[in-house]
Amino acid sequence: MHLILFFLFAAFCLAGAINLLLQTHPINSALSLIVVMTSLAVLYLLLGAEFLAIAQIIVYAGAVMVLFTFVVMLLNAGREERTLGSRAALTIGFPAVVALLAVLATVVLRIQGLGNAHLGQGLTDAPGQSNLVQLSQVLFHELLLPFEVTSVLILIAILGAVAIARRDDAERTAEK
Amino acid sequence: MTFLHSDVPLNWYLLLSAVLFSLGVIGFLIKRNLITVFMSIELMLNAVNLSFVTFAYQWNAVKGQIFVFFVMMVAAAEAAVGLAIIIAVFRARATLAVDRIDLMKL
Repeated sequence: MHLILFFLFAAFCLAGAINLLLQTHPINSALSLIVVMTSLAVLYLLLGAEFLAIAQIIVYAGAVMVLFTFVVMLLNAGREERTLGSRAALTIGFPAVVALLAVLATVVLRIQGLGNAHLGQGLTDAPGQSNLVQLSQVLFHELLLPFEVTSVLILIAILGAVAIARRDDAERTAEK
Repeated sequence: MTFLHSDVPLNWYLLLSAVLFSLGVIGFLIKRNLITVFMSIELMLNAVNLSFVTFAYQWNAVKGQIFVFFVMMVAAAEAAVGLAIIIAVFRARATLAVDRIDLMKL
């Protein structure tokens, strides 16, 4: 069962990622990225990370991708054009990436001592208990300060996004 | 029926993560649209998250999953600021093609 689910959603992941590269219109790329992120959430579930699977769907496939599609539609981005730069990147960058992938794949496949992923066996030893309990115990006791600092970071990011994206007054009067 | 009950080696998860990361790098190199380049970066972040979760499973370490949680929060903040910058660039230059946004190039 685990094997079938893994292959199915790994295939979805790869198909979505390849489709992201092949599509020329940004909105199609955004939609295939949503497919990748949702299939990754299923893979997280298979690895016993329930909380992360839900967070992946809510934060990535939900919030971040809504932001992306919203910006694509707001800017009315058209098809991209192939230029000299992309052809140079293709001839030089492509072999480099293939070499990187070859190195990574040999290293990853040669690692000894990695176990098997077993369905229904998460991080916790107690059966029937979600790993949410373990996760929140560590997150809200040991790592409370980083957690709070991240909330401040998000607040600053919101303010920064608004400050960057709004038009300034000079621009607005010039338009009038 | 052994096929139905067999487990998946964790190396395969890591391999999937490596392939997704490489596809993200390729997208970063060949895409000519600013938004699509940004999406490729998100793809790379997701690929790295998958290997974090895999290693957390292997070592039975909950802190690996918490790291992924922090990566997600930082990525959300990064997406908000990055898309705001893209909107500002589009307003100044009226284009999203990365070849035309070359003010800081030598």
